[in-house]
Amino acid sequence: MYKYDEYDHSIVAARVEEFRDQVNRRLAGQITEDQFKPLRLMNGLYLQLHAYMLRVAVPYGTLDSRQMHMLAHIARKYDRGYGHFTTRQNLQYNWIKLEDAPDILAELATVEMHAIQTSGNCIRNISSDQFAGAAADELTDPRPWAELLRQWSTFHPEFSYLPRKFKIAVIAAEEDRAAMRLHDIGLQIVERDGKLGVAVYVGGGMGRTPMIAPLIKDYVPFEDFVSYLEACLRVYNRYGRRDNIYKARIKILIHELGAEKYAAEVEEEFKAVKALGIDPPRAEFDRIAAYFAPPAYDAEAPDALDRSDPDFAVWLDQNVSAHKQPGYAVVTISLKPIGGIPGDASADQIDLMADLAKTYSFDELRVTHAQNIVLPHVRKADLYGLWQQLRDAGLAEANLDLISDIIACPGLDYCSLANARSIPLAQKIATRFSDIGRQRELGELKLKISGCINACGHHHAGHIGILGVDRKGVENYQLLLGGSGAEDVSLGTITGPGFSEDGIVDAIEKATDVYLRERDKGERFLDTYRRLGMAPFKEAIYG
Amino acid sequence: MKLLTGNDLASGDVTWWTGTGWSRHVEDAVDVGDQGEAIAHAEEGARRVNGPYVIDATATPEGPRPAHIKDRIRALGPTVRPDLTLKPADPNAGSWVI
Repeated sequence: MYKYDEYDHSIVAARVEEFRDQVNRRLAGQITEDQFKPLRLMNGLYLQLHAYMLRVAVPYGTLDSRQMHMLAHIARKYDRGYGHFTTRQNLQYNWIKLEDAPDILAELATVEMHAIQTSGNCIRNISSDQFAGAAADELTDPRPWAELLRQWSTFHPEFSYLPRKFKIAVIAAEEDRAAMRLHDIGLQIVERDGKLGVAVYVGGGMGRTPMIAPLIKDYVPFEDFVSYLEACLRVYNRYGRRDNIYKARIKILIHELGAEKYAAEVEEEFKAVKALGIDPPRAEFDRIAAYFAPPAYDAEAPDALDRSDPDFAVWLDQNVSAHKQPGYAVVTISLKPIGGIPGDASADQIDLMADLAKTYSFDELRVTHAQNIVLPHVRKADLYGLWQQLRDAGLAEANLDLISDIIACPGLDYCSLANARSIPLAQKIATRFSDIGRQRELGELKLKISGCINACGHHHAGHIGILGVDRKGVENYQLLLGGSGAEDVSLGTITGPGFSEDGIVDAIEKATDVYLRERDKGERFLDTYRRLGMAPFKEAIYG
Repeated sequence: MKLLTGNDLASGDVTWWTGTGWSRHVEDAVDVGDQGEAIAHAEEGARRVNGPYVIDATATPEGPRPAHIKDRIRALGPTVRPDLTLKPADPNAGSWVI
């Protein structure tokens, strides 16, 4: 894991004290809310329905047990004993007091954490593959590249007031576990002639105008990639619309300009940027990469597994993934218990996961964009003992990528932007499909719920997506089918008129019945939908 | 009826204008008629509230009931965490919201 150097420490500490002064001035009435709001947002502090909400950055979703324990400590001391893991691999607290916020940031800084780049029109926290450094299918660990971009983007003076927020994801495997092409910039590390570089996709995103990022350049060598991204941002900063918030994202610019024209502008800008010499020397990258060196694996770790406990065997099949190192596995801890709140974890659970990471996973954890937690490096021989402890803490739901592994935004229960509640719907759907045998029969089925058009719950990218809307003061839910945030990326299509809370659960069941009836061997729900199209599903849902 | 609501500046708590000050309990809220904007302006200036705004509500025997579900959720707390609402022991509190 990356460790702060003196410069990192000093800028985070300076930011904490700067914000403390800003808060004091606000509380003393020396600045108005209009003046204060952009300052608090630059420190991840929102005002939501019930209180202030603090969003803590987890760069590329990676953290260690010390940091995880700090998150639990803050939940207990300053919040109400829990936190919410988000679709940006971050963590949110829902009940923060303004007067406590500087102290919280100061405590976070002691474990090299902060809330910078979690709000505002800047380059947001860089996201990545939650299996980075462990995945059997990756070309290289994408996190050093992401860390380099974190350092490049943090407090970048030219990109602190972009037309709109800007999200970047970095992956290094063919399987896209980070919804890479639904980001403003998606980077896939690729190899050409034995040298690593990036394929650059620009202009993706969800929100009210969902778009899949087109490929802007198929290969940018490492030596040029920071300059190239600088050029991408500069062109956006120059031409992106600031007159209309709904047309301010880079996806709109690229849609209106055309990908080819945008790429040509970037190439031209790149020539000027390259001359500035901002690309880091290889030695600096190597310095960063050294922090992400593989842990000291036991080369003799056995591969054999005892599957005699049937519940353990189901969890193994569902929540344990292949690791690049023989004798090891990647474990995903589901934060989606049946009837629970997706992404929420109590302080005790957060502490337990930290302890388990320390004991079983070389002190490393990951937050996934699907609101789960990963222990990336677990000896196969330790899996049963780990599972037993997770089970005892209510953290062994064996539902990864099944219909009850639902992404849901906080919705109208917490969020001031929401039009409808997301969480109760997730609870009802998970309860309706609670039987694990039935879930596994349905297979991979990614269900995603957003409580408003801003799409924090990624509904456009769900095999089944749900969008909550406000119909004359009453919650109503639109159903979408056919989305995907993976390497087979696609945007869902609305089935037709919306539903009540109970009605949409019935509609989902009808859609899954069509799938079970019509599927060909080996097809997932998404595959069957793509082969058959909307018609049979629509007929079943509305007929 | 019209209610004036906002959040406490320091704590962020949801608050309601009572005629003489602010309460966390919507039952204490009073009809502000057409005075809401003026009260909001004065109270915001005095830093006793953050982001005040006027909402529609209905007078009921139990007290004012905000017209929109968003404000009813603000008044009570998250429907998915009854233990964190202002009425954790009231089994009917959730039905007041929905």
